[in-house]
Amino acid sequence: MTGTGIGPVLIDMLAVDAGYRGSHVLHNVDFEVREDQFTGIVGPSGAGKTTLLRVLLGTLDPMGGAMSRSKDLRISYVPQLETVNWDFPVTVFECVLMSRTSGRIAPWPTKAERAEVQAVLERLGISDLASRHIRELSGGQQQRMFLARALLRKPNLLLLDEPTSGVDVSTRHDVLHLLGDLHEDGMAIVLTTHDLNGMAAHLPHLVCVNGRIIASGTPHDVITPHVLEQTYGARMEVLEHLGMPVVVDAAPEMADRRKSA
Amino acid sequence: MDTIFEPLQFAFFQKGLLVATLSGALLGFVGVFIVLRGMSYIGHGLSHAVFGGFAAFQLFAAQLYIIGAGLWGIASALAITQVARRSRVGADAAIGVITTASFALGVALFAKFGTSGPAFDNALFGSILGITPMQIYGLLAVCAITGAFVFLRYRALLFSTFDPDVADVSGVNVGRIEAGLMIVLSLAILATLTVIGVTLVAAMLVIPAVVARMLTDSFGRMLWLSTVIGAMCGLMGMYLSYFAGVPSGTMIVLVGAAVFVVVLAITGGKGLRRSAGLDDHGASEPVRAPASAL
Repeated sequence: MTGTGIGPVLIDMLAVDAGYRGSHVLHNVDFEVREDQFTGIVGPSGAGKTTLLRVLLGTLDPMGGAMSRSKDLRISYVPQLETVNWDFPVTVFECVLMSRTSGRIAPWPTKAERAEVQAVLERLGISDLASRHIRELSGGQQQRMFLARALLRKPNLLLLDEPTSGVDVSTRHDVLHLLGDLHEDGMAIVLTTHDLNGMAAHLPHLVCVNGRIIASGTPHDVITPHVLEQTYGARMEVLEHLGMPVVVDAAPEMADRRKSA
Repeated sequence: MDTIFEPLQFAFFQKGLLVATLSGALLGFVGVFIVLRGMSYIGHGLSHAVFGGFAAFQLFAAQLYIIGAGLWGIASALAITQVARRSRVGADAAIGVITTASFALGVALFAKFGTSGPAFDNALFGSILGITPMQIYGLLAVCAITGAFVFLRYRALLFSTFDPDVADVSGVNVGRIEAGLMIVLSLAILATLTVIGVTLVAAMLVIPAVVARMLTDSFGRMLWLSTVIGAMCGLMGMYLSYFAGVPSGTMIVLVGAAVFVVVLAITGGKGLRRSAGLDDHGASEPVRAPASAL
């Protein structure tokens, strides 16, 4: 897998400030998204991960700085599962078809659209669930359904908000492997997460955020006690397991011992 | 049998029956979007806001009070949307202030200057007396406009109702869709006001859609079921109001409430669970991640 990306730039942010109703959440952010990028934005709650995602999406205008977007940019977005009204009366097929909002006036799908939806559902392994109500899906299937909806738009950049939040370990691996496959197929992917350990094993590039960009690089570059303390405001131990950095909470006495040493 | 057909011999009742059935269908149809978006309170508020315009314009331009009330309703709807979007005031508070102030103004104007249009009670609770051909044409026109709007913008409406944030980044002009829906809602309230009444219109926006939701998990089916249920409530309510001697709007809403109770009894927990999601309109707000990052 490629790391920070060397392909053409899709989005370029230079010294961007962003926030809501006049108060800044992000300061002086330099960030770029390239065509072959696979990046995880990590940080504690309230650090500005979702704000950064919204600026990338274009739903939040920067309060300062410069921002440019490629003319070829086609973004698809996958929301957090927890933010969805799962009782809304739609089937998996109807939900995936929602993203096809242009090019046809009539409400019902054409044969070609049906085939397209079926193909993308098959690619994600949920074609047999097309007629099910969305509430009947498991967490992993729900995530796949939203990925299918996103892929139907044929994006070159996929943005995901906490795709592994609220799912079990097996589903998390499943989802991240799937995203890895999509990245291998040439799609740029940027996701937010608060789950550092899960990301270190799957993502080639991480960005630590807490009101600003604290660090950016490979998991080995970023997952260090110094960077984590700056990001989360707490001391953490980093161990090595099968060549991957693993983060554990530092016991207070261990932190005290380190300080006195 | 003769008793059933007895009211049909009266021209006013024929018109009333037609208008009540169309009104029920129209409100049932629009109501699907209103309840799924968690906007039931807007429907309630808008009907009250329209009353203010109704009272004000019948004073200054008696012949044009319908148009004036319509413009007033649309302006109120857009004001609510803008206030809720751009200020720290929530949508509920914006509705509470704008629409009740408008309603109070209407009551004050009626009390002070009287009316040259519909009687105060008729405006509040609905009446089938004095329905003019112009009102029928107006209702048919609003039905056509609403049908065309939903047909032409069906996918965008569905997407922005289910997930406005994602719809916004997927090429749907959510603001324009919301404004369009507000205009259609205002027109629907205005067109049905004379038969159903200001205070009862909101019930007919909500009841058919909730009953339809209890019966199905499909958006498409919910749309036509709600329309049919609304039409049936209008038809039956109008008939019963004739025999019971009560205002038409009152009986239409009572029939709707009875249908709700019957469907609830039949569908039981399944229906309740389906309709429970109708108040989940805060779903687009991101849920905060756990405090611990690791």
